[in-house]
Amino acid sequence: MKNLIIITLFLIGTTTFAQNRNAKASMEVDGVCAMCKARIEKACLNTKGVKFAEWSIDTHELKLIFDERKTNSEIIKNQVLAAGHDVQELKASDEAYAAVHACCKYRDKDVTDSHHKE
Amino acid sequence: MRKIIYIIFILPAIFFSQESISGMIIEANKENKHIGLVGANVYWLDTTVGTVTDLDGKFNLSYKPEYEKLVVSYVGFKSDTLTIKSPDKMVQHWLQPTSDLEEVTVTSRKQATAKSFLKAQNVITVSSDELLKAACCNLSESFETNPSIDVNFADAITGTRQIKMLGLTSPYILIATENIPSIRGASQTYGLSFIPGTWVESIQITKGAGSVINGFESIAGQINTELVKPSTDDKLFVNLYGATNSRLELNTHLNTKVSDKWHSGLFIHGNTQNEKHDVNNDGFLDMPLFNQINLMNRWQYTDTQKGFVSFINLKYLNDEKQTGELDFNPDTDKLTTNYWGSEIETERYELSGKFGYVNPEVPWQSLGVQAAFSSHEQESYFGLNVYDIKHNSLYANAIYNSIIGDSRNKIKTGISYTYDHYDELVNITDFERTENSVGAFFEYSYDNLELLNLTAGVRIDRHNLLGTFITPRVHLRYSPWSKSAFRASFGRGKRSANIFTENQQLFATSRTIGILNSGGDIYGLDPEIAWNYGVSYLQGFNLFGRQADITLDYYKTDFKNQVVVDWENPQEINFYNLEGKSYANSFQAEFNYNPFEGFDLRMAYKLYDVKTDYNSGRLERPLTPRNRLFANVGYKTKEKDNGARWKFDATFNWLGDQRYASTTSNPTQYQLQERTPTVSTLNAQVTKVFSKKFEVYLGGENITNLRQSNPILGAEDPFGANFDSTFVYGPIFGSMYYAGLRFKIK
Repeated sequence: MKNLIIITLFLIGTTTFAQNRNAKASMEVDGVCAMCKARIEKACLNTKGVKFAEWSIDTHELKLIFDERKTNSEIIKNQVLAAGHDVQELKASDEAYAAVHACCKYRDKDVTDSHHKE
Repeated sequence: MRKIIYIIFILPAIFFSQESISGMIIEANKENKHIGLVGANVYWLDTTVGTVTDLDGKFNLSYKPEYEKLVVSYVGFKSDTLTIKSPDKMVQHWLQPTSDLEEVTVTSRKQATAKSFLKAQNVITVSSDELLKAACCNLSESFETNPSIDVNFADAITGTRQIKMLGLTSPYILIATENIPSIRGASQTYGLSFIPGTWVESIQITKGAGSVINGFESIAGQINTELVKPSTDDKLFVNLYGATNSRLELNTHLNTKVSDKWHSGLFIHGNTQNEKHDVNNDGFLDMPLFNQINLMNRWQYTDTQKGFVSFINLKYLNDEKQTGELDFNPDTDKLTTNYWGSEIETERYELSGKFGYVNPEVPWQSLGVQAAFSSHEQESYFGLNVYDIKHNSLYANAIYNSIIGDSRNKIKTGISYTYDHYDELVNITDFERTENSVGAFFEYSYDNLELLNLTAGVRIDRHNLLGTFITPRVHLRYSPWSKSAFRASFGRGKRSANIFTENQQLFATSRTIGILNSGGDIYGLDPEIAWNYGVSYLQGFNLFGRQADITLDYYKTDFKNQVVVDWENPQEINFYNLEGKSYANSFQAEFNYNPFEGFDLRMAYKLYDVKTDYNSGRLERPLTPRNRLFANVGYKTKEKDNGARWKFDATFNWLGDQRYASTTSNPTQYQLQERTPTVSTLNAQVTKVFSKKFEVYLGGENITNLRQSNPILGAEDPFGANFDSTFVYGPIFGSMYYAGLRFKIK
């Protein structure tokens, strides 16, 4: 009987977790400037179910809060990739990267250096 | 039965072991404690298969034989790639914090005055760096390096400086301290000199309608002052100031950490001026003698884990001023015709509390409650005129912040309550009134993160004297191209005019007071109602490879009703409800440039068209220059490792001619010209920072020694029919030099 309770509790735990309306996630996204910030956050927020997206120019950390019933971090990750920003070890496609503004070419060392000088 | 349970229990484990791996990511630490890392990223290299660790740092991840390299990464830690040979072993990995992160230095130039490219409102933020450009001394003097706010010359009797925005005097500006309306009612005239400059952390100036959250009273704009916080201010701060006019000031801040969550600060300010000056030999003091003691005790509670922040503030102020003729002795001459003299004594208590809760789970959800009580008592006389005012005020406000859908759509909503009791004695007449209001507000803001922002707010208030009314305010920003911001705003404001306290200079004249209406609830007058409309354009650009920006703005304030203050008959001052039109149009062009490292240049031109329909016809508002020029240059040498540097700063102001209120019915010797001469003044300051702990400054005000020669009309016969001290258009005291020091321990 004791075990049954444990199992039930375990299951309840996972069910509520799976339906978390304010699930949190954090990932590293590459970018350089305020324009990148707007593009990254917009890509996330345009995904249905994402409630909050904040990307830090300094640490490159993207903080997310989303409704797990509607979306998941994989979908959001793909949205960010589609917007042209590398997520962790995943590279955005060349087409997507080509679309970002010239000042935001974060893979180019000259661009990132010039942003750090400002 | 038991067996079945065991099977169920084991089943998932078998599942897992076949196609997933599990493990735990731990923060590397000296004690080798098992501290799980929450939210670390774990994924298979070159795939999109990944997960984040849970609250205990644990994870489960699907596995296929072709996956070999498992990447573990977390912001602030060194990423690692692990080779997984077989999935059945539980992965346990210690992640090392990176030191790289601490070495990231953000070297973008910090601006002392920042204009926002992103907000819907036209907000100018003045940081403490900017405040240090003018060494002195209280809030009214803090605006001297800012072209959006005009600081008037001290009036001939009380020496107080009034501010104006968009051509309108300070009663039309909502002045708040940490979002609690503070300079209003009885403290309207002198209140700015009751906030010492060193207490100010930053100032936010909103031009135009502003937000609905802080009330319905603002018409020309809002000024919010953030005070220094016990948790971030220096442990010990001492500021000493002395000027050639014998003004002395002392500021001391003491801040301590009481416990993990409580910080406390004690702020002591005193200023004094005890020497009689009469540079223009008119027999009157050029500036009052004064003593002020100003104390504040702040308590700050912060619990970042639970999301609670709270402030409790206690303030006490005692201010004494004496002015008038040189030979005036209050002990023997008070309220007699021996000599003309004046004393103003103010005592004020304030208690305010703030409580804020931010949901740590969902950062967009927060609740703020604030309440403030103040008791203000002024006893004064000006020659034979007596003026006393007691004002008790209570303010309470609760705001709830949240989002609709996602964080691009934010809402703020809440309720507020105000109570004001005024008891005034004007010579022999008593005026007493109570005002109270209950209101609810709702503000929606939309931010598409790039091009467009919109803030639309509305509030409804039920006020015992102003009635039930709606206050709408809307702000819009649009950035069609890079570094640009077009803004537009409109909004309504409504207020009751405190005619005596806002126009206290009238008592230092021989004018008779007339209130020409009797039907209204406030001294027989109706409430003031105005609409404000504004457009502005901000463009940043590069000039010879350096940052520059230009702002153009145009604001129009249209009064539906105004309490007209009519000085046009030199024997009288009359108050009456507006019949016809009254408006204030202002145009401002501002240019900021950073031509080389450390050097900042700011130039502005302003054009005011402020007119009112008086009983004698439509006239320009007296003593409001149509044209104004402003220039400020600042240079800072590069900061050395110990913080040592030089700072230089100079401000130039030029005011065009101003209209005098009519004096044509006076005898010829008491008649003034129609308009004043133009005025230009120059202020400069040098600061030598020796180290992060110690700095010294030296400066001069009105260096060109410009003076208005006869500021007081009829000074030789102060009890006669033509005595008037209100015709001040320029400095009365000539140039003034000062020196001071600042000492701080972090």
